[in-house]
Amino acid sequence: MRYVWAILSIVAVCAALYFVAGTFADDETRQVLALRQYNTRIVVVGTTLLGAAAGLIGTFMYLRKRAMIGDALSHATLPGIAIAFLIVGDKQIGALLIGAAVSGVVGVVAVIGLRNVPRIKEDAAIGIVLSVFFGLGLVFVRIAQHAHTGNQAGLDRFIYGTTAGMIKQDAQWIAITAAIVLASVVLMFKEFRLVCFDQHFAVAQGRSVHVIDLLMMAMVVLTTVVGLQAVGLILVVAMLIIPAASARFWTDDLPLMTILAGAFGSISGFSGAIVSARFVNLPAGAVIVLAAGVVFSTSMILAPRRGIAGAIVRRARLARRIGYQNVLRALCEREEDSGEGVRASKAELLRMRSWSARRLNSLLRRAIRRGDAAMGPDGLIGLSRQGRIEARRVLRNHRLWEIYLIRHADVAPSHVDRDADLVEHILPPELIRELELALTETPEIPPSPHGREAFS
Amino acid sequence: MDKSKSTLAAPGGKPSAVPKSPDPHHDPRAPVSIHDMTVAYHRKPVLWDIDYAASEGRLVGIVGPNGAGKSTLIKACLDLVPKASGSVHIYGKPYKKQRKIVGYVPQRESIDWDFPASAIDVVTMGLYGRIPWCLPPRKKHRELALHALEQVGMADLARRQISKLSGGQQQRVFLARALVQDAAIYFMDEPFAGVDAATEAAIVALLNELKARGKTVLVVHHDLQTVREYFDDVLLLNMRIVACGPTKEVFTHENLQKTYGGKLTLLVEAAEAIARSGQGGP
Repeated sequence: MRYVWAILSIVAVCAALYFVAGTFADDETRQVLALRQYNTRIVVVGTTLLGAAAGLIGTFMYLRKRAMIGDALSHATLPGIAIAFLIVGDKQIGALLIGAAVSGVVGVVAVIGLRNVPRIKEDAAIGIVLSVFFGLGLVFVRIAQHAHTGNQAGLDRFIYGTTAGMIKQDAQWIAITAAIVLASVVLMFKEFRLVCFDQHFAVAQGRSVHVIDLLMMAMVVLTTVVGLQAVGLILVVAMLIIPAASARFWTDDLPLMTILAGAFGSISGFSGAIVSARFVNLPAGAVIVLAAGVVFSTSMILAPRRGIAGAIVRRARLARRIGYQNVLRALCEREEDSGEGVRASKAELLRMRSWSARRLNSLLRRAIRRGDAAMGPDGLIGLSRQGRIEARRVLRNHRLWEIYLIRHADVAPSHVDRDADLVEHILPPELIRELELALTETPEIPPSPHGREAFS
Repeated sequence: MDKSKSTLAAPGGKPSAVPKSPDPHHDPRAPVSIHDMTVAYHRKPVLWDIDYAASEGRLVGIVGPNGAGKSTLIKACLDLVPKASGSVHIYGKPYKKQRKIVGYVPQRESIDWDFPASAIDVVTMGLYGRIPWCLPPRKKHRELALHALEQVGMADLARRQISKLSGGQQQRVFLARALVQDAAIYFMDEPFAGVDAATEAAIVALLNELKARGKTVLVVHHDLQTVREYFDDVLLLNMRIVACGPTKEVFTHENLQKTYGGKLTLLVEAAEAIARSGQGGP
């Protein structure tokens, strides 16, 4: 049920974006967006469905850490296409795609075989297969073009992709593929998840990892082969990886991630096709991949929990909080040494920790602004009553951590200060209570266990 | 030091310390019996002629130095690495036919914890073997999983993303995943590695509960100091079985010396000293 809502809200957002784009676009773009032209309609339907299929199955390739095998696969299709062309003699698309699938699978088998050779790691195996098969393909393409002089073989379109040339039949093939991929992902979801997470456990459960992997790979081959003409074999792997990698930023839930990856793939396919229909000179395959890149960058920066922007903000907030608590602690330790109400000069505080004068000044200004500290006309700084309560709490937590680390984590006492400084601010209240119970009977401030130098 | 088949099944009987010749006639009732198993990686042998039968309802510690083949022994039993020779029987039948009653807890480092899954998702995977192909887990499966998480004290963290759990909590998730399988025999690969004191205590309590329910548990274990405390039986391994049998009789300085060779470290000596001073205890 949750996922039905997720799908509906994704559709709603896309629809809203579509109408907003329609409102602000110029006349020509609006024409394209309205899908008036038959040809545009075919292309848009084809690329959108292709994006969805690639996003769905790409999620599992990505999590299985097999995404780059898709690249070896797509490059390895070229010799098959050229050989099929040499045999069949004419541009019979069905035969060419079967040739593509066969030699693509041979490429994948070669990667798996090479991987088992000692001293050849998977990345090397992929690099070798990808380039050798592609080279072989280029040779055969040239031979094919010479064998049929006068007849434009047009095999280049498999390398770079000619989305604009998509015909109804191609779109139908893509639609069938998308339906098969969707069905297999829905039905095999449990098995795919198990194998991607922990293949040894899957074996121990009596599931055949080979069968599951084979099915997953078959879906990738299917998607890649029908996607060849649209995006081209160089870029088709992008459709497998990028939507999945983008979706990972938004959620920790696998079903939701799969749905999002499918959606991101469709959005990329749709917008890529629209842009290339509007600006006729742009290669559609490349534009689709670029659209996916935009989705990825946006996700990477803006995603609420895993995104970079959020992380930067959180880190800055944490640093500020730690700094602020350090100021309170310094003032409190000063009082501890010389009696309550004793105030400190900036120079004294500066010597207590390794902070710059500028940072100390800004932290002190904040403390004064918040009413936790006050500066007298003599320039000395002291804690207010409310500040003292907060400062004692902070100091106590810090000391609790020091004791905890010394007793339980075998940390050298000289390292304690730095570790505790970081961790103390992340400490949840339950753990503080636990430490209180375990380590100290009295709720007062326990003395610093590693002998803080008395301030003089 | 001789060995007879009758002693293997009888926990109270005399132990077989060093099996000298492989014996194909293990007690058919033995929960786990390994016959003549040899494992090799790239033609380099890792395990030689392993012949062993575990007794029912015992906690067995598999102990040996690094590279002794402890994990490999478990993986070979579970068909996760190919065997050069030998066979594994579970309650008298080949392992392949008994998968459903064998639970497995892999090493925590063996998987990528950044996988998009929550604790309860992972535990539910322990039930996938019981759900037919193509069908999703149902509500009752998730309830079973939640119950297993309760047993390891993790019910309140059921919905947390697994990468946000501590090492000890991750280990407990793995244990819960094995628990839902409700197996008769458990293989655990270093469940105590890198866990906090609370988790260690929770695992020990769990092992004892499994034992009380008549389960047989084989545990790869690293910490020699706790072997006597945790395990009824011990299997000392260094590419071959050096000794096996009840801990009290087999876990001796002499056997440890044989297992660890020159690598017997101060730690072992210390453990020995502790054990000596604590003799007469449980």
